[in-house]
Amino acid sequence: MGAALFLLVAALTVVAALGVILHPNPVKSALFLVVTLFLLAAVFVLLEAHMIAALQIIVYAGAIMVLFLFVIMLLNLRNDDPERGRRRYVLRGLAWIGGVALAIELALLVRGASVGSAGSAPAGYGGAAAVARSLYTDFLLPFELTSILLLAAVVGAVVLAQKQRRPTLS
Amino acid sequence: MEQLLLPAIDWLAVLPVGLTSILGLVLLALGLFVDDDETLGWITLIGLAVTAVATACLAGQKSITFNGTFALDAYALFFDLLFLVAGIVVVLMSMTYLEGTGIPSGDYYGLLAFAIAGMIVMASATDLIVVFLGLEIMSISVYVLAGAWRTQLRSNEAAMKYFLLGAFATGFLLYGIALVYGATGAFRLDRIATAVGDTPNRTMLIAGVAMLIIAFGFKVAAVPFHMWTPDVYEGAPTTVTALMAVAVKAAGFAAFVRVFLHGFGGLHADWSMLLWVIAALTMTVGNVLALAQRNVKRMLAYSSIAHAGYILVALVASGAAGGTAALFYLLVYSFMTLGAFGVVAALGSVGEPNETLDDYAGIGFRRPLLGVTMTIFMLSLTGIPPLAGFAGKFYVFTAAIREGYYVLAVIGVLNSAISSAYYVRVLIAMYLTPGAEEHGRVARQPYLLTSIVVSAVMTVVVGVFPALWMQLARFGFLSL
Repeated sequence: MGAALFLLVAALTVVAALGVILHPNPVKSALFLVVTLFLLAAVFVLLEAHMIAALQIIVYAGAIMVLFLFVIMLLNLRNDDPERGRRRYVLRGLAWIGGVALAIELALLVRGASVGSAGSAPAGYGGAAAVARSLYTDFLLPFELTSILLLAAVVGAVVLAQKQRRPTLS
Repeated sequence: MEQLLLPAIDWLAVLPVGLTSILGLVLLALGLFVDDDETLGWITLIGLAVTAVATACLAGQKSITFNGTFALDAYALFFDLLFLVAGIVVVLMSMTYLEGTGIPSGDYYGLLAFAIAGMIVMASATDLIVVFLGLEIMSISVYVLAGAWRTQLRSNEAAMKYFLLGAFATGFLLYGIALVYGATGAFRLDRIATAVGDTPNRTMLIAGVAMLIIAFGFKVAAVPFHMWTPDVYEGAPTTVTALMAVAVKAAGFAAFVRVFLHGFGGLHADWSMLLWVIAALTMTVGNVLALAQRNVKRMLAYSSIAHAGYILVALVASGAAGGTAALFYLLVYSFMTLGAFGVVAALGSVGEPNETLDDYAGIGFRRPLLGVTMTIFMLSLTGIPPLAGFAGKFYVFTAAIREGYYVLAVIGVLNSAISSAYYVRVLIAMYLTPGAEEHGRVARQPYLLTSIVVSAVMTVVVGVFPALWMQLARFGFLSL
């Protein structure tokens, strides 16, 4: 039952992800990304990671995707076609070859991997309390460092986007 | 309600990263009120110097804190001091360079402090997640610094290229960490080290290690992940280029060496073959392409690729000799490269970069101080005794030979010979090519010249007395 459900969700995720990269219209591409992120949340649920699944929907499928759509609409992108003519097909061909090669490699990798049965998760696993506990104990340092990272990113964005200071040529 | 047990925290271990982060915050805030670029520069200088002294006082301490994810050891302190000193030299250069560029000083110095904080995290991290976060704190700050000169199209291009390719490399890093976690069930390097021996998922582990090599290879600009280097180094403000060529590269190697020699030490037979090829390619491609450059800044970019190759040779050799040689080489490389970029910065001015070999014609006589110091840096980069570059190469190639990598050592020596051609070409331009007429009065550049002289003195001192510095490097490496 669990395995069948997982295979269904996983297959749909792959289809949606393909939609993201293959659809020529950027807005629809972004909408496919929303679907992909929702399905990933479903995968997290199947792994008993309920908290992460909720965060995935709230943060990624919600907030970040809204930003994506805003940016796409503000930039008013047409169907993207930066490369023209033969060069475009050559690049596409190379990308397909590389991608398929990577997919085959990963398939071989997974075949060789030993996947033991995970067993059933302990009670409360993946809930808000469990995530918070590991966040404030095992991952305390990464948690704190993330705040510096986000601050640096915000400052950086402001530096690059703020109104230009007049160069003071002496 | 059960009690939440916070892990024991050794605050001394996070002192260097804490102080630099606070310095960054203070600078951002002061940037709003203080209009004088020079004052902000002095505050940064003092902040970094205080941090450096505090860091030096930690010498001899050894602890591992935050549940084994963050180490305070001689290895971390060696790199912390290297980043802080490089930061101080870059700030000195910037205090002259920023004049007239319109780059907001408060933000510039603040991001510089954050970048250094990220590097310090990378040098201390004993956990792959922490390595990732340190790398991102550093990278995000440096992406912005590369594009800080917003009126310059080259600077915009550099930031964009660096950001896009850097984000791509980050993807590889995370994928690699995920695969390693999948195979070993651990992020912590000591747990990974014990798990690599008997993991049932060896293929997955090797694939993860390969992805990590790609990610680190990108940060240290190793071939074939070097494509961004020349454009970004050429386009970024020269002071930021110096920071990227020296401190970012050193931070990349700090994490690279700790993760690979500590975490994946048991897999040396597997990854050393891959790194062997990358090291040989990096040295050769870097040096051969540098031969074709007319722009000195771009030539130094290729030269920095080539030098990453020499350090990779030390990493391939591994063991106490190789690790020590890598640390020592980074120390040596830092001073000569900082100085060389300092000279490039000193010869340019706003709107007039003066970066081609033709612009260097006759400089040796027109600006004797720059001529003499540039000669020191070029000869040291070539590896002429008694300058520091020679000692660095000597230890690297000795380590390679001791571990039986004869072919790699020969490739390295041949490359050094090739490299002399383009380094000497700068000297020929400076002294033997008749220069254009006088450009009028040269602007006063007290801070910039100080940074160049400091780098030159260090290049000579380390070259003449290598034993003491080698001892420091050995001390650092053996504490891993």
